[in-house]
Amino acid sequence: MAEIKLENVVKNYGKLEVVHGINLDIAHNEFVVLVGPSGCGKSTTLRMIAGLEEITDGEISIGPQVVNELPPRKRNISMVFQNYALYPHMSVRENLGFGLKIAKQSDAMVEERVGEAAEILGLQELLDRTPAELSGGQRQRVAMGRAIVRHPEAFLFDEPLSNLDAKLRVQMRTEIKKLHQKVKTTVVYVTHDQVEAMTLADRIVVMKDGWIEQVGTPMEVFNHPVNTFVASFIGSPPMNLIPATVEGAEIVFADTTRLPVPARLESHISDGQKVILGLRPDDLTPEGHGIIESGQKASMQLTVDLAELLGTETILYTQINGQEVLGKMFDPREVEPGESMSFNISLDKVHLFDAETQKSVRLG
Amino acid sequence: MSRINKSIPFWRREQFTPFLLLMPAILILLLVVLLPLLFSLYTSFTGYRLIRPDSLYNWVGFRNYERIFTNANFWYAFGRTVLFLTIALNLEFLFGLGIALLINKITWGQRTLRTIMMFPMMFSPILVGYQFKFIFNDNIGILNNALQALGLSDGAIPWLVDKQLAMFSIIFAEVWMSTSIFAILLLAGLFAMPRDPLEAAKVDGCNPWQVFRHITLPFLMPFAFIAMTIRSLDVARAYDIVDVMTGGGPAGRTELLWTLIARVGYDNSRMGQANAMAYVSILLSIAFTYYFFRKLIAARRYMGGAD
Repeated sequence: MAEIKLENVVKNYGKLEVVHGINLDIAHNEFVVLVGPSGCGKSTTLRMIAGLEEITDGEISIGPQVVNELPPRKRNISMVFQNYALYPHMSVRENLGFGLKIAKQSDAMVEERVGEAAEILGLQELLDRTPAELSGGQRQRVAMGRAIVRHPEAFLFDEPLSNLDAKLRVQMRTEIKKLHQKVKTTVVYVTHDQVEAMTLADRIVVMKDGWIEQVGTPMEVFNHPVNTFVASFIGSPPMNLIPATVEGAEIVFADTTRLPVPARLESHISDGQKVILGLRPDDLTPEGHGIIESGQKASMQLTVDLAELLGTETILYTQINGQEVLGKMFDPREVEPGESMSFNISLDKVHLFDAETQKSVRLG
Repeated sequence: MSRINKSIPFWRREQFTPFLLLMPAILILLLVVLLPLLFSLYTSFTGYRLIRPDSLYNWVGFRNYERIFTNANFWYAFGRTVLFLTIALNLEFLFGLGIALLINKITWGQRTLRTIMMFPMMFSPILVGYQFKFIFNDNIGILNNALQALGLSDGAIPWLVDKQLAMFSIIFAEVWMSTSIFAILLLAGLFAMPRDPLEAAKVDGCNPWQVFRHITLPFLMPFAFIAMTIRSLDVARAYDIVDVMTGGGPAGRTELLWTLIARVGYDNSRMGQANAMAYVSILLSIAFTYYFFRKLIAARRYMGGAD
């Protein structure tokens, strides 16, 4: 059990720099999720923590120890891989006990730890099978069991659920969450799926192009995205981003549609500033079909191009400023394409980003 | 259904069609493989000598077999063949594994090296035999010359004349020629090897040797057994290199099964007896093939679909 610290960690492949000096403190027993689109350096970062990739510059420490030069076997971490990476020629029991056997633990100890892990993950019935005889979900469980038995300082997960079908993924996600509550260890978890990040993390690290964009709790990242990238990456469907200009107390779009400046953001913007308005679909709702009906609001008459029925809600495709914008209708009724509806915009929830820096005006 | 079947002659029925289409192949195989096989099996029970064709009808029952089973020379040749095969295959496996592991590490110039590695396979075994006969020659051989020039030896070492050294020289030539078969198959295995289990093992606490021992090697064994199967058939019928380099000498000390069989059959023209030996030798080959196939199946049992 330990904290993990990354200081100015850089990774180069030849002349190509893929991770540009990132800093990250992961607390003891914390569940941290690295999330970002493919190629953002999240897997590389995880593999550097594991010791499977050398770091080009900077410092990584696990607990009190700097591990830059340590091979993976001396870092006392365990890792769950995307393709499970089970040892195909060993039974489930041998797979689970392999790390302990290598560490020359006594047979009784191996037996005990394997039994313990099998019980936590419900693998008792499968111990004598080989990986080839298991389903995807079962293999994933064995991979996690193999990580648990060694009682490591930290668990590293590298997109562990992306090979599973949608239903199983949701189920395993819950199991990982439960597992963390049971075995209380530092976890670093890599995924490209923002839903996984939101549901699992104590803290989310959003990465892009080898930089960390934002670190924060799921609520912070969702409610206060620091820039347009984080804003559009976290949340589904993604936040609508519409360019506009500040004119006095109003935000004006290119087609001269106007919205009042939200009261809480007034002090952060200046007259004439070019901004990007961020509006989550949840905060653009037809009259009478929103979640929160209180607070500062604006309304707009919009034409619905397309309605996607999801059951408890309907996604409405409409246009603001000639740009496709998504809204949500809670407690939905049938909507005809082409229907004109009055939409409420929750100004309390609106985000403003500087058009030039793409950063939230609150930071400016 | 049954009425229709009765009205059509059997060779026009649908289930008969595959056999009909395969008939030419079956006939040819019967004619060129099975018939000679049966004929040679028959002659192994006769006192057939090449110079006396009428001896073909001289049925002697198991006397040829009795004679070879009680013949010390035959058993020496048999044992020597097994020994030759065991040493050669193990050395080829070890060297092949080493070469494959090294080449697998190289990123620049790997294709060229792979091609160069296969050069020995491109030569006729007879020529390889002649080449090594020249290298190992005690008077004019380049090896003795080199040893003397370097001051490592002051006399002429009788590479092909001393009984142990002669066996060593032949095994050396065999290994030189065929190690690349192991290397190429094991390299294919290394290329096919998934990277994840290796990394998992590193994280699980393995040092490089343990990764190799517990993960890489088990994965490569099926490939090794395929190579062993192929090579065991090859080496068990070894004749050319031995005949060229030592002719089975000195004093029969490098006599293997097939050099003995050729001598008995063609030089002594005792074809019946030679065929009896050949049948024993074939049983030996089948035994080796069966053994390696069992190993192969055992090694492959767990490899399916665990990626």
